[in-house]
Amino acid sequence: MTDPVFTLLYIFIFPGFVFLVAYALFLSFLDRKIAARMQQRVGPPFYQPFADFIKMLGKEVIDPDGVDRRLFDAIPPVVLAAVMTAFLYIPVIGYSPLAFPGDLVMVLYLLALPTIALFLLGWLSRNIFSAIGGIRAVTQLFIYEVPFFLALLTPAIMAGSWSISEIVLWQQHNLWLVFLQPIGFIVALIGLQAKLERTPFDIPEAETEIIAGPWTELTGRRLALMHLTTEISLVTGSALIAALFLGGPMIPWTFSDPWLNGAVGFSLFLAKTLAILLILSSIKAATGRFRIDQLNEIGWKYIASAALVQVGIVLVINYLWVTP
Amino acid sequence: MPEVVIPIGPQHPALKEPVNFRVIADGEKIVRLELDLSYNHRGIEKAAEQRNFIRVLPLLERVCGICSHSHATAFAKGIEEIMGLEIPPRARYIRTIIAELERMHSHLLWLGVAAHEIGFNTLFMWTWRDREAVQDTLEEMSGNRVHYGMNEIGGVRCDLTAAQVTAALSRLPVLEERIKQYIDMVNSQETLLIRFRGIGRMSREEALKYGAVGPTARASGVDYDVRRDDPYLAYAEVPWNVVTDTLGDVYGRTRVRIGELWESTQIVRYCLENLPEGPIRVDTPKNAPKGEILSRYEAPRGELAHYIRTNGTDRVERVDIRTPTLANWTSVAMCLVNQNIADIPVIVAAIDPCLSCTSRLTVVNRRDRPRVAGPHTPLSGNRLFGRKGEDSP
Repeated sequence: MTDPVFTLLYIFIFPGFVFLVAYALFLSFLDRKIAARMQQRVGPPFYQPFADFIKMLGKEVIDPDGVDRRLFDAIPPVVLAAVMTAFLYIPVIGYSPLAFPGDLVMVLYLLALPTIALFLLGWLSRNIFSAIGGIRAVTQLFIYEVPFFLALLTPAIMAGSWSISEIVLWQQHNLWLVFLQPIGFIVALIGLQAKLERTPFDIPEAETEIIAGPWTELTGRRLALMHLTTEISLVTGSALIAALFLGGPMIPWTFSDPWLNGAVGFSLFLAKTLAILLILSSIKAATGRFRIDQLNEIGWKYIASAALVQVGIVLVINYLWVTP
Repeated sequence: MPEVVIPIGPQHPALKEPVNFRVIADGEKIVRLELDLSYNHRGIEKAAEQRNFIRVLPLLERVCGICSHSHATAFAKGIEEIMGLEIPPRARYIRTIIAELERMHSHLLWLGVAAHEIGFNTLFMWTWRDREAVQDTLEEMSGNRVHYGMNEIGGVRCDLTAAQVTAALSRLPVLEERIKQYIDMVNSQETLLIRFRGIGRMSREEALKYGAVGPTARASGVDYDVRRDDPYLAYAEVPWNVVTDTLGDVYGRTRVRIGELWESTQIVRYCLENLPEGPIRVDTPKNAPKGEILSRYEAPRGELAHYIRTNGTDRVERVDIRTPTLANWTSVAMCLVNQNIADIPVIVAAIDPCLSCTSRLTVVNRRDRPRVAGPHTPLSGNRLFGRKGEDSP
């Protein structure tokens, strides 16, 4: 962490910018392929998300009448930067060199930004479908964010640290938190699905109801960057859950060779994020869309209560079992 | 929150065909619905008056891309009745087989569309996959997947060979198994249940008052089916049941359609197994005597009526087509009041609207045409944000 060259490499090449974009596009392909196979379709070739991205970058950018152009241009890069930054604090091959006490809170904050941005985009679009979509996006944010935060903070309570890398370290010495907090794990997965606005939580962009919601007036590179943001959020979110509940890239013992250690850690990271993606894709293929008032009821009645119960259980465990 | 006008259509992802709804909503609740139908007037009725009966049949098949056989059969049936012809039993059975296969592919299509409206794309893909099996059967029998062209005045165009009958029978078990799977799915899939149950409810009295037809009416407990109450083709000889439901909501309409899917497989099976021998056509006179008739037919979407008037020539003097969708629109406008905005696509889709088939007239009013922003101009975006007088010409 002392060498500035290493830090730059970490941010821009691996596992930062270059790797992150490539992996996000690959996960997006896998997501589409898994859903397609479940729906008895062929599905896209592996380079399809990349081709889509390039194609959209080259398309004309259309400004709707009366829209604040500068703000419209600025929002997609800002949220893209936010979710990419969030990824840097999540352990990929070992601890993140940028880790600091409390980075979990910052990651959660950065991950919440895209939804706020969607609301802004919807509001700015001067289009009724976008406006409804934006309002739905922010309504949904209030529903899932509380249980999602609670579920992700329970590992922090148990490990006694607000740093993701510290929580991973705690799991290396003890046990994967998914075994101690299965309810929290499930709530976190549901929250992530809702955060990414995937079925059954694709209420803000419900195609058959409000065209594309806040996305309706996005064109060209703005649309490309927003899509990339969602795809990177998928990577960041699943990596975060893998780190907090599935022990991240760590195994209980270490090899003497640092390269071997790194390789094992990286493989574990890939395996765990892919497993989480598989679950998320299955949920997407197996459900229809809720209505916003129905989600409100389900979210506050069951999901939030489940998260609270999990917090209670963790407090009791912590009280009875003095963690090493 | 003040009343907001949400324009839906004529271009909208939920709509496969052009129609314009102006939904007046108060917050998330719908206050009123204004409908603008008929974007696709094709002048079919007038064209039908210009052709002789033989050439009218292919024309009327093109009224609808899904219930093509329904329109041709309704017309042929009417003309045969005016001519006083009795078509051979084999022809009646073949028409029935095609009609029920058509009902199956129409209902499978509908189930997929309804699932798609709530974002449940897996069911959509699955039903459309199974619809292929039905369309393959139709293609084997008639040579075509959409416009079968099986009808002629006095019978059917081509016979079914033993091999075609065997092939069709061999496809049925797979379809029956899939339909059973869909019955299970509709009764147990949670997101589907909470989006369909209690949505767009219509009581029996309302269904009668607003003149709903077909599965929409039967889901509200109206026990009426032209196939049973005014039997035509082979329906009087085939054992089958009219499917009704008492729920009256979108879920009830789904159950009725899935039940009808099952009944259709049984009708097709019975007809294929008991196909009578004999000719498939009788000789017909060129001209029809002077007369008029209302030919009724239970299309997949409900009761279809063709009013036909002949004047002793080989052409019709007037043919008037009332599609089931037209009869069901009033019930949609009624069902939508006090519902959630998010439920518009589901409720509209629940009558299985076939919009372009419904277009029977168009009004051209050049004098009163609004000069700036007409009812079709999507101006509500501006209205929402309080911009006035800036609409483009």
